[in-house]
Amino acid sequence: METDIEQPGASTGGAPSALRLKDIRFAHGGTEFRFDLTVDSGEWLALIGPSGAGKSTLLDLAAGFLHPVSGRALMAGEDVTRLAPAERPLSMLFQENNLFAQLDAFRNVALGIAPRLRVSKDQRRQIEAALSAVGLEGYSKRRPAEMSGGERQRVALARAFLQRRPLILLDEPFAALGPALRRDMLALLAELRKREGEPPAAIVMVTHHPEDAAPYADRVAYLEAGEIAAIGPTARMLSGKMDERVAHYLGLRQRQA
Amino acid sequence: MNTRTDRRIRIGAGITAALLALGFLLGGILVLLVVSRQAPDIVALLGDPYVRSILGFTLTQAGLSTLLSVVLAVPLALALHRARFFGKRPILRLFLLPQALPVLVGALAVITIWGRNGVVSDGLAAIGLPRLDVYGLSGILIAHVFFNMPLAARLFVAALDRVPAESWKLCGQLALPPLTVFRTVEWPALRGALPGASALIFMLCVTSFTIVLVLGGGPAATTLEVAVYQALRYDFDPGRAIGLSIIQIVLTALVLVATLLLGRDPAGGFGTGGRARRFDARSRSRDAADSLVVLCGTLFVLSPFAAILVSGLAADLTRLATEAAVQQAALTSLLVAAAAASLSLLVSMLVLMAIEALRFGAKPDTVRRGARIGLETATSLVLVVSPVIVGAGWFLALRQVTDVLAAAPYVVVATNAVMAMPFIVRIVGPALSQANAETGKLAESLGLTGAARFVFVDWPAMRGPLALAFAFSLALSFGDLGAIALFGSSDFVTLPYLLLQRMGSYRTADAAGLALILGLVTVILMGLVERGFSGRREADG
Amino acid sequence: MPTGFSDPVFVPYDYSYLAFVYDSETVTNPPQSLADLVSGDPEQKIAIEDPRTSTPGLGFLLWMKSVYGEEAAAKWEELRPRILTVTPGWSEAYGLFTKGEVPIVLSYTTSPAYHVIEEGTERYKAAGFEEGQYLQIEVAGTLKDTPHADLARKFLSFLVGKEAQSILPTTNWTLPVRDDVELPEAFSNLVSVEKPILVDPEAVAKNRRAWTDEWLQAVGAR
Repeated sequence: METDIEQPGASTGGAPSALRLKDIRFAHGGTEFRFDLTVDSGEWLALIGPSGAGKSTLLDLAAGFLHPVSGRALMAGEDVTRLAPAERPLSMLFQENNLFAQLDAFRNVALGIAPRLRVSKDQRRQIEAALSAVGLEGYSKRRPAEMSGGERQRVALARAFLQRRPLILLDEPFAALGPALRRDMLALLAELRKREGEPPAAIVMVTHHPEDAAPYADRVAYLEAGEIAAIGPTARMLSGKMDERVAHYLGLRQRQA
Repeated sequence: MNTRTDRRIRIGAGITAALLALGFLLGGILVLLVVSRQAPDIVALLGDPYVRSILGFTLTQAGLSTLLSVVLAVPLALALHRARFFGKRPILRLFLLPQALPVLVGALAVITIWGRNGVVSDGLAAIGLPRLDVYGLSGILIAHVFFNMPLAARLFVAALDRVPAESWKLCGQLALPPLTVFRTVEWPALRGALPGASALIFMLCVTSFTIVLVLGGGPAATTLEVAVYQALRYDFDPGRAIGLSIIQIVLTALVLVATLLLGRDPAGGFGTGGRARRFDARSRSRDAADSLVVLCGTLFVLSPFAAILVSGLAADLTRLATEAAVQQAALTSLLVAAAAASLSLLVSMLVLMAIEALRFGAKPDTVRRGARIGLETATSLVLVVSPVIVGAGWFLALRQVTDVLAAAPYVVVATNAVMAMPFIVRIVGPALSQANAETGKLAESLGLTGAARFVFVDWPAMRGPLALAFAFSLALSFGDLGAIALFGSSDFVTLPYLLLQRMGSYRTADAAGLALILGLVTVILMGLVERGFSGRREADG
Repeated sequence: MPTGFSDPVFVPYDYSYLAFVYDSETVTNPPQSLADLVSGDPEQKIAIEDPRTSTPGLGFLLWMKSVYGEEAAAKWEELRPRILTVTPGWSEAYGLFTKGEVPIVLSYTTSPAYHVIEEGTERYKAAGFEEGQYLQIEVAGTLKDTPHADLARKFLSFLVGKEAQSILPTTNWTLPVRDDVELPEAFSNLVSVEKPILVDPEAVAKNRRAWTDEWLQAVGAR
């Protein structure tokens, strides 16, 4: 058995990487997936690429919703390959259904820190604070059905950040929102991920709007056919100069006839 | 053809189909009314203390049976949905089997396990405890739970399957404890399916006849259905029979309407079985509890089948299988079942597509909603129309125009087809409704009509559930002993009828063998049809 | 025909006597009379058929009525604790009996013949009752407006002919209406009925509803 635990300090800032996928292999529906990726502590990584390239699969593998055939996943230096989703130090947001329809906003947020929904006074304050941090003061009693799509995602964000996990996985949670609202949400995200006395929470974000990544992401990874085809600093990646395929995907260059 | 014409055709066809099915049932009642020239005096019937007492018992036993079936199905469905083990799909398929079993066979199999001389009693006696005495309400409840609890469990598992994948992921991600998962995800899903499941089981139990008499321990246990039979077959008092039947239908309709008002999901639905992936935190005690629940539930459902298997194996199966009468009866059964299942599927689909078509359109919402509820209720209520009345009515009607014996197969096919409709509607309905919710607007906007709409929208959505529905209705009429008991003759013998004949002439071993053959053929039929119809199966979760 | 039954419309083609059949392995002191049955150990259960849905059930009702008359209701109440269950038809009751659920079942004097001939066992025996056995006659007839009156008549005469009559005992397990039919050995060991009981059909038609109600009251009252 290999005892290759990630060396602390191997990456930036002396902290172990927030997420490390080591030669993760997975197969589904005739596609073979193979991922090798390091996300540094406090880093913001955007995943782009055509549908079916494996963006959501990568997140599901990281979150523990899918089990790799081989390879290992590490978070903050710990091998999490065999850990259940709940045991991994991360929060995740989906494109939809992030809230439980039967619970009001307060309780939906409360689930992040009080899974039994027994909330102490102190926790109540935290939850109220989280709701007002996402601009939803006074929304405690509203149910998901009584809120707009953007408001629902804000509630989900409030819950995710209340958990104070070092890694946040976003599976296109803002895709259904309009451009202005999407920008607001990203700004909110950037604000919320700051943590006192610690590096900000690392973010891995799947997006179909590469322009969203530009102001925030440190790096962009381009996925194609189940692999990370290219990865690099945001500006260079989005300029299309780094990789031909990215340029085609972004529509910056026509393929030669 | 534009979408409006298409919608009109669909609605028209569906309403026609529903009317045909209802007409077949009500036609029988009407003929009886005409023949007897005697209007049922419902007021007098309701004043009759005998009728009042059986009315009370009918409702009590049906209500309790429903309650128990549903309450026990909840933990079983939850455990089945949570647990992941090899053989989950066969178990879910097995759960449809009790419905396909001739009631007489099922009742005797239940007694083999729970009777005074049954397996459980033997076990109790071996450790010095008194034997069980289930005759009375408890026996009726055990048998009804055996027949219906698995049905409820399947409906509930299907409801859990319809929970969005993200909800399960969130539960795993947030490490929600079991109780919170139940409150936030599982219970809301079950609650939606509860009224539909309860209504279906209530209807099945209200009309119970054989089980109530065999296990009831005496005439204190009498249902309206028994009284209908008594009025018609023994007293030939059609007015009374029809009056009792109307009371039964109206009462059940009231229950149905109540469930429609209670729940948003009146038809419920079966789904095609376990696809959801869950990420609950694993705990040893919980896994153990789940395994225990699944084990007990499966054992409870399986044990009567084991009894059928054991006593069937003791019969001379080789002789039976090569006997010309058996082969002929099996063939007849197959033909009847195939015809009934096809007819039922056709009629049910027309009704379902009309229900879906009624979701859009120019007419006021309340009119369309009313029509939808009307169609849904009509397809359910067929379960509580007494077959003995329909049979007698058609017998009297047909003998005016033709040889009743020659017409018997058609009446049996039609009756079986109508009786399978409530199940088909519940199996296919939810899928069709979901498909329409997802692509219905697209189809409307693209102006998809007629065959194109069917091929692109309806068929892909219904393919899997249709396979299950077809298999299930095949099994239902293959094991039917209702209509055939009235219309069977030496020229028209199905396998259950042959079984009844053998039992009626002391050939209990033959009957046991036939029950086994019947069960095996049913299992094979259901498996084959489900596989063949739905093509390539997706891998289990 | 026993009791001299005849009917202007219907042709009787076979008959049998109702009897309580018992399992000699568990019942060592079978009832010798209806009175024995009624006053017997309530722990020794019996299964009977429902008079509302089955002919042997109705036959037993008439049997009790003709033996006990006005006292029938009281006797039913006395019998009630012995009744494990009342089935809709003969098949269910006999099924319970062969499964061992009840040691005694309402069936026919001819039942043991089946077990002797087909299964080679003398385990199941019919109890002859001092008061007599109730007679059940099966009849056939032709429809008035049948287009095939000749065929129907031919069939009826076949039914009472020697060939059909000698088949009926070992298929329908009933007794033939002809004297010249040779019965298998097992039939000679059956309970011999000295006092056949039959309530005349008109009285049955007139009183069945009332008698059934009386029975319901006695056996079914909660």
